[in-house]
Amino acid sequence: MDKIVCTCGNVNPAGTLLCESCGRPLNKETADKKLVDMRYEGSARRSQTYNKTIIDKVWNFFSSVKVGVWLIVIILVAASIGTILPQVFYVPATTEEDIAAYYERIYGTFGTLYYKLGLSDLYSSWWFQGLIGMLGISLIIASLDRVIPLYKSLKKQKTKRHTSFLKLQRLYGIGNIENGEESIRKAEEKLKTMRYNVKREGNALLAERGRFSRWGPYINHLGLILFLFGVMLRALPGFYVDETMWLREGETLYIPKTDGYFLESKEFIYETYSKEESEEVFGDAIDRVGTIAKNYQSNVALYKGPEGAVAGHLDDLTFEKEAAIQVNKPLKFDNFSVFQMDFRLDELASMTFQLQDKLTAESFGEFTINLADPEPVYELQNGSKVEILDYYADFTGFEDGVPQSKSPLPNNPAFLVKMYTPEFPKGETSFVMIKETLEPLGENVHKIAFQSVETRDVSGLTIRKDLTLPILMLGGLIFMIGVAQGSYWNHRRIWIQRLEDGQVVIAAHTNKNWLSIIRDMDAVSEVANLPKYEDQQDEDSKENKEEGV
Amino acid sequence: MVEVSSTLLFIAFVAYLVATFLFGGAVKSSSSQASKSFERWGKLAITVTIIGFISNIGYFITRWIAAGHAPVSNLFEFTTAFGMLVVGAFILIYFIYRIPALGLFALPIAIIIIGYASMFPRDITPLIPALKSYWLTIHVITAALGEAILAISAVAGLIYLLKNIDMTKKSKQRFWIEAVMYVAVLVLGFIVATTTFTLADYKVEFNYVNKEEQVLKMEYNVPPIFGMNESEAITENAMQPLMEMPPLVNAKKLTVVTWSVIFGTVIYILLRLIFRKRIAAVLQPFTKKANSQFLDEIGYRSVLIGFPVFTLGALIFAMIWAHEAWSRFWGWDPKEVWALITWLFYAAFLHLRLSKGWQGQKSAWLALIGFIIIMFNLIAVNLIIAGLHSYA
Repeated sequence: MDKIVCTCGNVNPAGTLLCESCGRPLNKETADKKLVDMRYEGSARRSQTYNKTIIDKVWNFFSSVKVGVWLIVIILVAASIGTILPQVFYVPATTEEDIAAYYERIYGTFGTLYYKLGLSDLYSSWWFQGLIGMLGISLIIASLDRVIPLYKSLKKQKTKRHTSFLKLQRLYGIGNIENGEESIRKAEEKLKTMRYNVKREGNALLAERGRFSRWGPYINHLGLILFLFGVMLRALPGFYVDETMWLREGETLYIPKTDGYFLESKEFIYETYSKEESEEVFGDAIDRVGTIAKNYQSNVALYKGPEGAVAGHLDDLTFEKEAAIQVNKPLKFDNFSVFQMDFRLDELASMTFQLQDKLTAESFGEFTINLADPEPVYELQNGSKVEILDYYADFTGFEDGVPQSKSPLPNNPAFLVKMYTPEFPKGETSFVMIKETLEPLGENVHKIAFQSVETRDVSGLTIRKDLTLPILMLGGLIFMIGVAQGSYWNHRRIWIQRLEDGQVVIAAHTNKNWLSIIRDMDAVSEVANLPKYEDQQDEDSKENKEEGV
Repeated sequence: MVEVSSTLLFIAFVAYLVATFLFGGAVKSSSSQASKSFERWGKLAITVTIIGFISNIGYFITRWIAAGHAPVSNLFEFTTAFGMLVVGAFILIYFIYRIPALGLFALPIAIIIIGYASMFPRDITPLIPALKSYWLTIHVITAALGEAILAISAVAGLIYLLKNIDMTKKSKQRFWIEAVMYVAVLVLGFIVATTTFTLADYKVEFNYVNKEEQVLKMEYNVPPIFGMNESEAITENAMQPLMEMPPLVNAKKLTVVTWSVIFGTVIYILLRLIFRKRIAAVLQPFTKKANSQFLDEIGYRSVLIGFPVFTLGALIFAMIWAHEAWSRFWGWDPKEVWALITWLFYAAFLHLRLSKGWQGQKSAWLALIGFIIIMFNLIAVNLIIAGLHSYA
């Protein structure tokens, strides 16, 4: 395509609407408008100029603000659909079948449909992420398409503009002024005190202020692009860890995915607000709601294992530090954070039994079973012993005569044991449950009598490493700088020119906040004798004038 | 301290009510001879507004001292703070543009918001562990301030539409602006209904079976139209619900909504009978003196001022805190999603305005829709959609 040569002699790139130098409209459509369209200064944007190759077409598609707004609206609607029912990660089920069953049980047919359509995991679906990706591409292309020509054309703009350009500005006035040169000089002084950047060229004056606010949108887009890039980085190995662990009081466990760190739980603390301590202020609330939780806290010790230490080997641990992990106060070490997320109170820890003669209750000794790790045999006094043949931590009943355990958590422990005493060296078999005993192989003489139980609390912890955070923070910061720059400042320009016939022209443009530039114009008009201007877009004041108010 | 706090809030409430009428005077005083009396009314109105606002801040501070934490931790406190900040944002914008009509519409909206807030339990609740953080103060106040400034854009939009829609001819716009008025009256209906039944000390209790098949107790403070799943009255001689709902539906909330609609509709019909005009047409004369060009600019400017504040409070601070409290900066919790939706919506607003030249009526309608989204996030997401943010 050919370059466009303006009457003033400036050579503009193809597609330019307003001459970069003097501002003359370069085609009839632009000249015939009531007001000139000042967006991007009428500069030549690639997307408006070329439309031949596929690259042109893709570029034009993504550079369009219309497309961008549609993407925003589609994402917005899709995101709202995802909040109709809870997403899968908030549903108390883990397997696909359980999840499907949950949606059906709680939400009926609609729930099943929601689940089947994949709306229950909408935000990680390929099409939702695809939309976000397209928005990201749109951000990059739309910004590039505009910022470069805008920069060039603001840099090239001449102080002296053609009258056809000035006439099409929203604020415009023309009139015969005595001693026009004197007025322009006064205006120049005044504008300088108002922190305008003033340039002169013969009879023309250009006062400009806050041009940097024009870059705000592009800077905030840059911040967003950086943020999205940071989110994408998470998919790379090593950048992101999200693990959970259950840690029992007194237990020391390897912290998943860390470089040989171990965590010991000293104590879990659960506190609620008591009426006594806060009667006056919180009394009513506690009466109304019942118990209100005050604190969830795991007191822990952090250890570092030797090089190459693996889970289960607790030798040679070096103590690192003690910490109290509370909600809102995670334990931090080595790019990792450990969060207090959940807890279980009073989980069974150990059970103490006595081997007894059923009739006389004569004791053959006591033994304590650690429910997390029962020993195969418990030796008692005088050669008696109890052998644990099988252990069912979470006993749920028999299926075809076989005892079942639904989880490894000691919620309802049961044991198949063999009891040996000097009288019965061959042993007697018994099935021991809480509060009940079965004798599957015939009547026994001895029994296992329950004595006592010990419980402990379990902390539910989340282990997180996120190396993308600094990038996300930087993206957020750049976005905020850009959005503030574009929102709280504005680009104002005032042109004053004395024409050859002695008339003075005044025109002004701002990208936003017209009230302020009108105030500036009035302040200048007060000291310098300038023609009256009017807001060519203000229908109301025109109406008022016509009505004669 | 708690009583002082409540008194100050009441004073603020009354001051806003008085100031509304004063702004009405400022707008009404007939145009030709009256620029002086016009100014006097306006000055008086903004003075009373500021007195009310100071008293409102007094409420906020005294309650903060009494509770030991910023009073933004439950639905009453947050909504009241939002109402207060709407007034603050209005004062700010008023001193830039000095359009009295803005006060005439912004203050009643703040009054309705504070009135709505007072319908929820007002006692001071101690903080649950998740809320114990200085981010509570920073995140919630910044987010509420951003929303309040954005709300002013809707007020300007509303005035713009009331002024510029032709009320004499049938049109889509005339229908929808009246629909907006009707919804506002429904909120009033909620306040009137709740207050009426509270004053009558209405209370009945039911047992019901929830979706997890547990038997629970539910207290109704309004006559039960809809009953909870398999509900049985505990209170003697209690009115039987007219219809029973499946376990998924919270029939109590549905009942409250139904009563609000009944009361609101009755009030609306009464208003129509008294004025013999559409509500929008009744309000139109009050907007005549406001300059459309400036209203449009206020609508745009308040979005420009509010959008960065909203981003900072409702997204950035929110993410920092979420990472501290819940171990992840973003979890697609409904409240988070709706904050994102609000943000995306205003981003679309700005792009449509900048690039597509959506000014005037289109922009005003968008500003109103934005406010509806904000209110949806405040009310519906807390009350209907269960999530991590349901503290009410």
